[in-house]
Amino acid sequence: MLEVQNLSMRFGGLLAVDEVSLDVQEHEIVSIIGPNGAGKTTVFNCMSGFYKPTGGKILFEGREVQGKPDYKISRLGMVRTFQHVRLFSQMTVVENLLVAQHRHLNTNLISGLIKTPSYRTKEQKSLDRAAYWLDRVGLLDLANREAGNLAYGQQRRLEIARCMVTEPKLLMLDEPAAGLNPAETKELNQLIISLKEDYNVSVVLIEHDMSLVMDISDRINVINQGRPLASGTPEEIRQNDDVIKAYLGEA
Amino acid sequence: MAANNFRHALFCSIITLIISYPIIGFNLEAQGINVTLTGADASTVVMVLLAAVIVFLFQLFRDQIMGTLRSLPHPLPQSSKEPMAENRRAKIESWVLTGIVVLALFWPFFVSRGAVDLATLVLIYIMLALGLNVVVGLAGLLDLGYVAFYAVGAYTFALLSQYLGISFWLALPIGALLAALFGLVLGFPVLRLRGDYLAIVTLGFGEIIRILLNNWTTLTGGPNGIGGIPDPTLFGMEFGRRVKEEGNTSFHETFGIAYSGEHKVIFLYLIALVLAVFTALVIRRFMRMPVGRAWEALREDEIAARSLGLSRTAVKLSAFTIGAFFAGFAGTVFASKQGFISPESFVFLESAIILAIVVLGGMGSQIGVVLAAIAVTILPELAREFSEYRMLIFGAAMVLMMVWRPQGLMPMRRIHIELKRQE
Ligand SMILES: Nc1ncnc2c1ncn2[C@@H]1O[C@H](COP(=O)(O)OP(=O)(O)OP(=O)(O)O)[C@@H](O)[C@H]1O
Ligand SMILES: [Mg+2]
Repeated sequence: MLEVQNLSMRFGGLLAVDEVSLDVQEHEIVSIIGPNGAGKTTVFNCMSGFYKPTGGKILFEGREVQGKPDYKISRLGMVRTFQHVRLFSQMTVVENLLVAQHRHLNTNLISGLIKTPSYRTKEQKSLDRAAYWLDRVGLLDLANREAGNLAYGQQRRLEIARCMVTEPKLLMLDEPAAGLNPAETKELNQLIISLKEDYNVSVVLIEHDMSLVMDISDRINVINQGRPLASGTPEEIRQNDDVIKAYLGEA
Repeated sequence: MAANNFRHALFCSIITLIISYPIIGFNLEAQGINVTLTGADASTVVMVLLAAVIVFLFQLFRDQIMGTLRSLPHPLPQSSKEPMAENRRAKIESWVLTGIVVLALFWPFFVSRGAVDLATLVLIYIMLALGLNVVVGLAGLLDLGYVAFYAVGAYTFALLSQYLGISFWLALPIGALLAALFGLVLGFPVLRLRGDYLAIVTLGFGEIIRILLNNWTTLTGGPNGIGGIPDPTLFGMEFGRRVKEEGNTSFHETFGIAYSGEHKVIFLYLIALVLAVFTALVIRRFMRMPVGRAWEALREDEIAARSLGLSRTAVKLSAFTIGAFFAGFAGTVFASKQGFISPESFVFLESAIILAIVVLGGMGSQIGVVLAAIAVTILPELAREFSEYRMLIFGAAMVLMMVWRPQGLMPMRRIHIELKRQE
C-alpha cells in the first residue's frame, strides 16, 4: 500500500537521505533501523509531508503523495507519532483525542451552535471512540487529566491512541519505546501487534530497541548515513554481515 | 554585578537625556515664513534632568524594585488558593454571570442618561474585545488592525441607510457578514505569516481601510463622515419625537407616555446588552466545539495539529473570520449610537485599546475581558482632568501589568469537556 522509491532529502550540503526505497504491504509491520543520525526521522518527515523530498517518489495506495501538505497526507490515512512526544499538553487527555477527530466532527458552525440532533450524535460518537481507545491503551481513568501531567509512558500511549482515533490505514511510529521501562515496552509490543491484527493497520516503525524490532517486524530496512544498507526479514538482517558491522556490532 | 548595574543605569539615563532633551527642550517657532529654534527655559531643563535621575535610580535598584513589586499580594486571591472543584466553579461562575446580566438589565432605569450612554460604549467595547479575544487569545494570532472590521460594520450600516434606506435590524446581520467577508478575504493572504510579521501586515490593513474611507469622498464623504444614521426601531416604533419614516409609529405615542430622550438611550443600551450577551454565549459555545479545540490545538502545537489533519489556513481563517464578524456587529451598533461616523473613529489607537482590553483581561478569559473593558472605558471618563496623560497612564498600566500579572486580571480557565463515566 505504501511504496517509497529512491527517496532523497538534501539539507544544503548534507544528503540526509540518499536513494532510500521501501515498501509496506497491507497487514504488515515494517521497521526502519539504523544508527543515530542515519536519516530515519527524515524519511518519516518526507513521508508525512513535513519536508518536501528533493528526489524520489512516495506512493500511497497508488497515489503520489510526495510534496503534498502534511494535513492532506494525514487525511489520506497516513498518521505519525513523534520522536519527542507532541501532545496538546494543556488540554485534557480526552480533548487530545477529540482534536484528532476534528475531521469526523466537521459539521458546520450553525448546527454546532444550536446543537442539532445530528451534531449531538456525532459528538457522542467521537466521545465514545475516544473512550474506547483510552480504555484500549489503559488511560481511561486519566481521561479528564491534563495531558501534560501524565507520566512519560502514558504520554507515549496517548499519542498512539490519538493517531488511532483518526482511523488511519498506516501508522508511523518514531521510536515509540524510547524512555519506556521493560514492562511498558512489553505492553507496547502487544499493542502494536494488536493494532495490526485487530484493527488492520499497517505499521512503519523506527526503533532502537532491537528485541522489540526483531520480535514484531515482518520486514526490516536498515539505513546507514542516509543510504540503504540492507532489507529483509528479521532473520536475514540478524545474519547480514554489513548490518552486524555497521550497527548491531557497535551495540 | 553592582558595577554592571551602575554602568547599565548610567547608560539608560544618558539615553533618556539624548532622547528627551531635543524633543522637549527645543521649540520650533514660526515667525512669518522663517522658522527659528528656541532653547528651553530653565524649568524644562530641570525636569529633563530630573527624569534622567529617576531613570538612573530606577535602573540602579531595578532588581529590588521588581522584586517587591512581584511579591505584592495579588488583587484577586484566586491565583494563590487551591483551585475550586471544576464543576462547582463553573456553577458559581454561571450564577454570577446571570446575576450581572439581570442587574445590567434593570440598572439603566435608575441612573442618568450620560451613564447609560457610557455603559453602551462599554458594551460595544466588550463585544469588540470578546471578538478580538477569539483571534488573539484563543487562536494566538496577533491582529493589530482589528478596528478595520469595526469600521466595515459601521460604514456598512451608514452607507446602506444613506443610499438604500435600510434599517438597523436589517443592517446588523449584513454589516456583520460583510465584516466577516472582509476578514476572510484579508485573512487569506496574511495568515501564512507568523507572529510579528502578521502583526505588522494586519496593522497595515487596518490603516489601508481607514485611509480608503478617508479618501473615497464620493462614496463615504471622506473626513466629513456620514451623518443622519437612523436609530434602531422597536417593531416599527421610532424613538424620536416625530416619526421620520412613513409607516412607522412613535414609541411614546403608542404607549401614551410623554416623550423623553432617555427612552432611546436606554433602548440602545438594551440592544447592546443583548448583543454583548449573545456574543459571549456564542463564543463560549465555540470554545467547546471542534473549531474552538482546533484553535487551541494549533496554538499549542502546530506541528502536531497538522499531523492530525488540521489545515492551518482553514483553522486560522475561521478564527479571523469569526472575530471580524463580531467586530462588524459592534460597528453597526456604534454607528447607530453615534448617528454620525467618520474615519476618525477608526484609528489605530482603537485597535490598541481593544488589544489592551484583551491583554489586561487575561487572554482567552471572558470575565476578565468584561472587567477590563469596563476599566479601560470608564476610568478615563472618571479622571477627566488627567485626560492629557491618558496614554501615559495607559502605557504605565500595561507595563506594570506585564511585570506584575502577565497572565492578565483573570487568566483563562479552560472549559474542559468531561468524559462521563459509563457504567
Ligand atoms: N531540518 C534539518 N536541517 C538540516 N539538517 C537536518 C534536518 N533534519 C535532520 N537533519 C540532519 O539529517 C541527519 C539525519 O537526521 P535524522 O533525524 O533523520 O536521524 P535519525 O536516524 O532519526 O537519528 P536518531 O536515531 O538520532 O533519531 C542528521 O545529520 C541531522 O542533523
Ligand atoms: Mg530520529
